[in-house]
Amino acid sequence: MASGNSEHRRSLTATAVKLLIAGGFGVGKTTMVGSVSEVPPLRTEEVLTSASEGVDDLSGVERKTTTTVALDFGRITINPELILYLFGTPGQDRFWFMWDELAQGALGAVVLADTRRLESCFPAVDFFERRGLPFVVGVNCFDGAYRYGTEEVRAALDVDMSVPLLLCDARDKESTKQVLVTLIQHVMVNAELAASG
Amino acid sequence: MSGQGEAWFDDAAGPLVRPYAVTGGRTRTDNFGLDLITLVVALPSVAEAAGMAPEYAKIVRLCQRPMSVAEVAARIDLPLPVVKVLLSDLIEQNYVIYRSAAPATDTPNKHVLQAVLDGIRKL
Ligand SMILES: Nc1nc2c(ncn2[C@@H]2O[C@H](COP(=O)(O)OP(=O)(O)O)[C@@H](O)[C@H]2O)c(=O)[nH]1
Ligand SMILES: [Mg+2]
Repeated sequence: MASGNSEHRRSLTATAVKLLIAGGFGVGKTTMVGSVSEVPPLRTEEVLTSASEGVDDLSGVERKTTTTVALDFGRITINPELILYLFGTPGQDRFWFMWDELAQGALGAVVLADTRRLESCFPAVDFFERRGLPFVVGVNCFDGAYRYGTEEVRAALDVDMSVPLLLCDARDKESTKQVLVTLIQHVMVNAELAASG
Repeated sequence: MSGQGEAWFDDAAGPLVRPYAVTGGRTRTDNFGLDLITLVVALPSVAEAAGMAPEYAKIVRLCQRPMSVAEVAARIDLPLPVVKVLLSDLIEQNYVIYRSAAPATDTPNKHVLQAVLDGIRKL
């Protein structure tokens, strides 16, 4: 390949947006990301260092604890000027600091629910409700799991009627697309409501 | 492109020591407010990266096209805080330019949402 300085006038006009895929451990977040991402799900690590409780008895030195959180995400190049990232949220509630960073500037979120343990998505529902981040609920239909009707799930999760709720299969690209389309439409309705005051 | 970049590293200690030493974990935030989806692109070409210290050269080679900070971290397999510091160094030296996502307070832009919707439908 020819080398040289030809690219020196490179500029950066593209923008990036993100959506979140939330839900309990093993509910299918990474699977959903992978079903539509143009690259196999990528993984990176955020590190939080904080002073832990108490002081080391012998040295008198404050102990530090380091927490590492792995993040999975995928990329969809919408067009040369717009890149969409899909982030799976960490499955455990103790990583709240990461949720804040993830939610910052996100367009919206999918909360994945597994009917065999619906309660594992309660924290995600609470979090997005409190933050006012638009979300939809995807009920991931695992094989052999009793299929609840969407209204039964809605009642159990106690989410507002305005929140779209649909059955899905996180492994299936068309199903994931349907969930994401529903989410973006929901975000658009919310944005219009906000604009009209 | 060489020289300056290399001076940042203590040869014996290797390239990974400095970022950790400088950041002391997550306490030092970078100067540019880099976040997960801040986009970055390198200005030097792949050939020009040859003279730079290894970790910087890796980033420059990788970022010939725009990608997010999170993507850089994943692809060079270093933790996010370390990558943010390395990118900050490169930005300070005008080797990398960056673009932050829209402020979180903005309601999402209608055209952006429509483009995302169309893009997902086309997948
Ligand atoms: N039957 C079925 N299995 C699924 C579905 N989604 C995910 N899985 C499987 O469930 C397991 C956990 O999924 P994963 O995406 O890693 O969950 P995460 O912890 O939420 O990221 C994997 O073995 C998936 O193949 C689904 O819709 N149906
Ligand atoms: Mg996962």
